[in-house]
Amino acid sequence: MIGKFVNGAGLSLIMLATGSPAFAYKEGRSPGEIPDIPGGWQHLFHELLIDITVIGVIFAAITIYFLIKYRRRQPGQEGRPPKLSPAAAIGWAVIPAFIFMADDLYLAAESWTLFNEIRTVPENAYEVKLEGAMWSWNFKYPDGVETTNELRVPAGTPIVVRMTSRDVIHSFFIPDFKVKEDLMPGRITYVWFYPKDPGEYLITCAEYCGVIHSSMRGTIIAMQKDEFNKWIEAEKKASMEGGA
Amino acid sequence: MSTAAISPDKSFGRTLKEWIFTIDHKRIGVLYLIGSLAAFAVAGLMAMLIRIELGSVGPTITNPNTYNTWLYFHGAAMILAFQIPALTGFLANYLVPLMIGAKDMAFPRLNALSLWLFWAGIIVALLTFVIPDSPDIMWTGYPPYSLRTGGNTALYVFTVHLMGFSSIVGGINLITTIMYMRAPGMTWRKLNIFVWSTLGAFILQLIFIPVLAAAVTMLLFDKYIGTHFFDPSAGGDVLLYQNLFWFYSHPAVYVILLPTMGMIFEITATFAKNRVFNYKMVVYGGIGGVVLLSGEVWIHHLFTSGMPDWIRMGMMVSTLMISIPVGLLMIGLIGTLYRAAIEYTTPMLYAVGFIFLFLIGGLTGIPNAMTAIDLAIHDTHFVVGHFHYVMAVSTTFAIFGSVYYLFPKMTGKMYNETLGKLGFLISFIGVNITFFTMMVVGIKGMPRRYFDYQQFAHLEGLHHIVTIGAFIIGIGAAVVLISWIHGLVAGRKAVDNPWSSKSVEWMTKTPPPPGNFHPIPRLSEDWHPYGYGN
Repeated sequence: MIGKFVNGAGLSLIMLATGSPAFAYKEGRSPGEIPDIPGGWQHLFHELLIDITVIGVIFAAITIYFLIKYRRRQPGQEGRPPKLSPAAAIGWAVIPAFIFMADDLYLAAESWTLFNEIRTVPENAYEVKLEGAMWSWNFKYPDGVETTNELRVPAGTPIVVRMTSRDVIHSFFIPDFKVKEDLMPGRITYVWFYPKDPGEYLITCAEYCGVIHSSMRGTIIAMQKDEFNKWIEAEKKASMEGGA
Repeated sequence: MSTAAISPDKSFGRTLKEWIFTIDHKRIGVLYLIGSLAAFAVAGLMAMLIRIELGSVGPTITNPNTYNTWLYFHGAAMILAFQIPALTGFLANYLVPLMIGAKDMAFPRLNALSLWLFWAGIIVALLTFVIPDSPDIMWTGYPPYSLRTGGNTALYVFTVHLMGFSSIVGGINLITTIMYMRAPGMTWRKLNIFVWSTLGAFILQLIFIPVLAAAVTMLLFDKYIGTHFFDPSAGGDVLLYQNLFWFYSHPAVYVILLPTMGMIFEITATFAKNRVFNYKMVVYGGIGGVVLLSGEVWIHHLFTSGMPDWIRMGMMVSTLMISIPVGLLMIGLIGTLYRAAIEYTTPMLYAVGFIFLFLIGGLTGIPNAMTAIDLAIHDTHFVVGHFHYVMAVSTTFAIFGSVYYLFPKMTGKMYNETLGKLGFLISFIGVNITFFTMMVVGIKGMPRRYFDYQQFAHLEGLHHIVTIGAFIIGIGAAVVLISWIHGLVAGRKAVDNPWSSKSVEWMTKTPPPPGNFHPIPRLSEDWHPYGYGN
């Protein structure tokens, strides 16, 4: 009886679950368009929240139902466990395993797509070099300008940061852009983000790096393109004069 | 704790000597319990201090140096000196020989060695509060920071060495005991789930501890002898350590999870008076699956560490697959409640609490497993909340529940149910307030291991809630402790099998005499540890 039910219901569930990645298909992006990482992250995170809430509620509801229904009513009472036939026993292992696996693969596929976007630097991104140190963020622009704890960037341009560390491991974390990557001595890592509009965004260190780890922070200032150009010209001049 | 130990005709000195030189697995188990509870108390006190400090923005009660030492001690002691010894030291030592119907462990003297190595480890760990240059490298000890810091990295290394050595010795002993010391009639198919899960945990310990020992030894050599394993300027690599460390320390999570699950199964089956649902699925699919997958997922701790993209993807898939064996364990556990006759004693409440806490903890692991999501929440308070649910709190609930469950067996006395239930209720409310709010803090971007959070000042309100929750947990733990002391002092006498369990450990006297069984039980063909409702 249980075996029959399990086979019928289980099979259709598996088909539904394994077929589900088909629904994940997304419309292609027009070439040159910059993916919206924080938007994609939020979308995926909400989808995931629904997924884990549904699973959690199913498990919790069944548990609560059992806890109330099967409480001991008189002393010395024992349970009346169901006798599982070999087929039902195997079914109860294999079918849930397939359902979990289908959900895992679905989530993995979704995550994979977004991860590829996060790790693929858009063409003609503006490149800044970063060296982390205890406890400061030291940026170096293509034209030699250097700043500390302040990264000024042109809005509307994807920015790629190539990073390393002078001393210990730090982690470059921009909560608003949902990206993070460690900075390590002897290795070069990268992270990219896309400040669509002018504004200020927090940089904060996410890898324990000593006494004032929690104070290792900085600011990204996204400026209008022409303002940014003006600023970088002025900085270049100032540094040249300083050097002369 | 045998009655002989507290009989009046023996002097205190003689009793002490008996306990120190004991090779009886039950006394060794109890000594493990005392040591791990002491570590839990000190590390728990650290947690309280950490929460007071984080209760408001800016320095509150201390400076960053001291704060980082607290964080180090809290993490290292909770994992190395509380959870692993309480589960694989106390519970495995005390219960496994009783459950399989053995006189003692296979190598009783080796067992004493592993106990005293553990106590040596505890004392070395406690030196943190004595020496001026306390370690401040967190329980992970990542280089190059651990090499550059003025803190005492050697203390950390020696603590890990002692605890690791103790676990390896204990592992050889336990595995041999389970394989060769089973009572006649105790076939592999009738082994308690706890025995199976302990076997799985010790197989993991034997495979993976040497890797951790190697990693921390290289740390020691780098810092004090001048080798360059982790120094990139001399051809070393900082990521080597992280890989070696997590190659052990992820499986260590399952070393903790498996006996935890095992005890929850024992408690549930006993008080639900029901057969474990689909025993073979739980053993082969659940425990076996966890053991097989445990060594293939460690890169998820390095998702933001600049590892190649392909391995981050591969290990994302293997990490998500962990949900399969863990899901089967949950189905087995909840299935055991189906058509049961559940009696809500204190240990059963802890088991029920475990189901819900573990559900939250397990499911919030999925966002961490998904690489793209993890890039934003890695190393934030979200992860801290998640692993406290799944590892810290679930496990502690299982350990506390087990102490109540075994209380009559160990002491020969009953604890007070009202006090026990009160302690459970307060703790359960406290942990949910604390760790759920902590996850929300993390989603909003706050990284972990922060002394101060000027840049996240708007999260102060949430931090207040977390701190209040932590204090509720503290009160709950105090009530639990009071209930145990009350039981020890004023508990009424326990009968041999107060829970009417069919498992072998309840077939002997309470408390069990030296040698456990006189004679060794012969288990009949139709006997089963969960043979209820026939």
